Amino acid sequence: MTTVPESTETSRPPAAAGDAAEQRDICLEHVHKRYGDQTVIGDLSLDIEQGRFYALLGPSGCGKTTTLRMIGGFELPTSGTVRLAGQDVTQLPPHKREVNTVFQSYALFPHLSVEKNVAFGLERRKVDKHETKKRVAEMLETVQLSHLAKRKPGQLSGGQAQRVALARALVNKPRALLLDEPLGALDLRLRRQLQDQLKQIQRDIGITFVHVTHDQEEAMSMADTIAVMNGGAIEQQGSAEDLYERPETSFVANFLGTSNLIDVTPESAPVDHEFSRGTTVDLEPVRYLTHRAEGYAGPIRIGVRPEKVRLYATDQEPPEGDNVLHGKVVQSTFLGVTLQYLVRTAGGLELNVVEPNLVGNSAGTFGAGQDVQVAWDARQTFVVEGGSAGA
Amino acid sequence: MATQTLPTDPAAPHVPGVAPSAGAPRRDREPGRGRRWLLGVWSTLAILFLVAPILFMIVFSFNDNQGRFNFEWRGFTLKHWADPFANADLAKALENSLLIAVLSTVVATAMGTLLAIALVRHRFRGRTPTDFFVFLPMASPEVVMGASLLAMFLVLGVGTGFGTILVAHIMFSISYVVVTVKSRLEGMDPHIEEAAKDLGAGEVSTFFRVTLPTIAPGVAAAAVLAFALSIDDYIVTSFNAGQTQTFPLYIFGATKQGVPPQVNVLSTMLLILVLGLMLLNVVVQRRLAARDRAARA
Repeated sequence: MTTVPESTETSRPPAAAGDAAEQRDICLEHVHKRYGDQTVIGDLSLDIEQGRFYALLGPSGCGKTTTLRMIGGFELPTSGTVRLAGQDVTQLPPHKREVNTVFQSYALFPHLSVEKNVAFGLERRKVDKHETKKRVAEMLETVQLSHLAKRKPGQLSGGQAQRVALARALVNKPRALLLDEPLGALDLRLRRQLQDQLKQIQRDIGITFVHVTHDQEEAMSMADTIAVMNGGAIEQQGSAEDLYERPETSFVANFLGTSNLIDVTPESAPVDHEFSRGTTVDLEPVRYLTHRAEGYAGPIRIGVRPEKVRLYATDQEPPEGDNVLHGKVVQSTFLGVTLQYLVRTAGGLELNVVEPNLVGNSAGTFGAGQDVQVAWDARQTFVVEGGSAGA
Repeated sequence: MATQTLPTDPAAPHVPGVAPSAGAPRRDREPGRGRRWLLGVWSTLAILFLVAPILFMIVFSFNDNQGRFNFEWRGFTLKHWADPFANADLAKALENSLLIAVLSTVVATAMGTLLAIALVRHRFRGRTPTDFFVFLPMASPEVVMGASLLAMFLVLGVGTGFGTILVAHIMFSISYVVVTVKSRLEGMDPHIEEAAKDLGAGEVSTFFRVTLPTIAPGVAAAAVLAFALSIDDYIVTSFNAGQTQTFPLYIFGATKQGVPPQVNVLSTMLLILVLGLMLLNVVVQRRLAARDRAARA
């Protein structure tokens, strides 16, 4: 399950000095976290490169916040190693780590003004008074809160408080910034606005951001790399496109958007140098790129995104080379921008189809009960699971 | 969402019903006048009942009394106020009481606050029993506590006096401090302390710069409470006082042979002091509550 493609090579040498180590800003190696007999994180390894916007995405309780807190030093792993810039910090307390955190609740100091909140970190590090003042002013300028410097946190709106929390962390010029669902408590419009700001700030200052979120759209719009977590492990990591177009597990396929997942029995020999073929419960053939099923033996599960699928009437001819399944429309929903269909095959397979509304009148659409052909480009087929080969 | 269907529902007959219900408060207001007047009288009587003894005490501190007792009005005078410490025993008793109250407040507040932090912020073996036993002095009757303290001091061979009173007061005050500070701590976002550590503050620095200022209102309330509990305690003190006199002990003893009017004067002063502290507490709590409310909004 835990598939972190790079980590197997890079996590090996603890003191892999030189360029490789420079690149890796944050590194978790075989980290476990247990509370009593409950395992929260089981053998998690990840590498985050310098300057990346890295998102930990997953449903609540998947261990993403725990992972972040172990990087920040608020939780100690039961076993495993945490490295920052190549240095083992597993046992270091939070105040000795070169990372700063933006908490979901913002956790501003209620008795200190905005200015004093932002200055807190610099004062603890005994930065010269004049310098502190200058950097605080600059930072407040960056987050556009200079006019509120004298206010107490109680007099701020949610969005303002969030920006103070951000300024309070960034003013220390940390090696990496950890964000624990920093936008979770804000309304949708403000959230979108702050997402843009956050991304802009990250680009400007160029430090590593590790962003925990359960909002897939947020992760996809902001992060360079997304790690999808489930049950205390990373299911898959990659760019938004990687994860969406080529999910590797059923969980990822349905956590980011929705997918049609189809169990197939593969044929023993590939069709040609590119494709392999399998049969569905309806004994209809479907093709998929051979390399995507590498390492799998026995029955596999393939998938395709609903918007990649097109419907054709029984007398129409789907494009040459498409995968074609036959079924009956169970439900047809007009949503303005799109038309959504639920199609069921004779064998009970249910497929979601999302078609753009190109026709403009009901004549071109399919009603419930109509027999249809469901077709998609075989290259759009991804393979999520199967019995693992040999192992 | 379902509410959108209301107008077309059979519930529609209810709609005219809205009018009388809207009119209801208006109709209420007319007879409300009389009712409110009654309420005023009632409240005044209740308050009078509560403060009457205190009023007597204050008024009789200005009584130009004759003889040993101060129960009969003989005319107005300021002479007792001019010389409140005329009675040396009484002055000494008050001094003891104040000293014990201040010392026990300081010690109990410090210990109770730390205990509350340990109970709320840390998980340790014996936490649940500790949590329970802290309540014990609050729950057990004072007579029992006083007697058992005395028994303990006797067994240990400790002579009763100023020291034992102080220990006893610290003991029963701690419970109240723990309970008060705990409730404040429980309402505090634990991430605030984590944020301080995250920004480079060590444990000690975090405590003094972040934790303490945030729970300060709770600590202040606890201190006021501890002071008030100590200054007027009679039962526990009487068991463990030995030869030492405190203000309540002196007054109780004096009632048998005659109460000097200075008692009224000093009691009034004490009342003013405690009221002042309470008022200050209320003002501070209000301001902080406003701050918290705004922080949550």
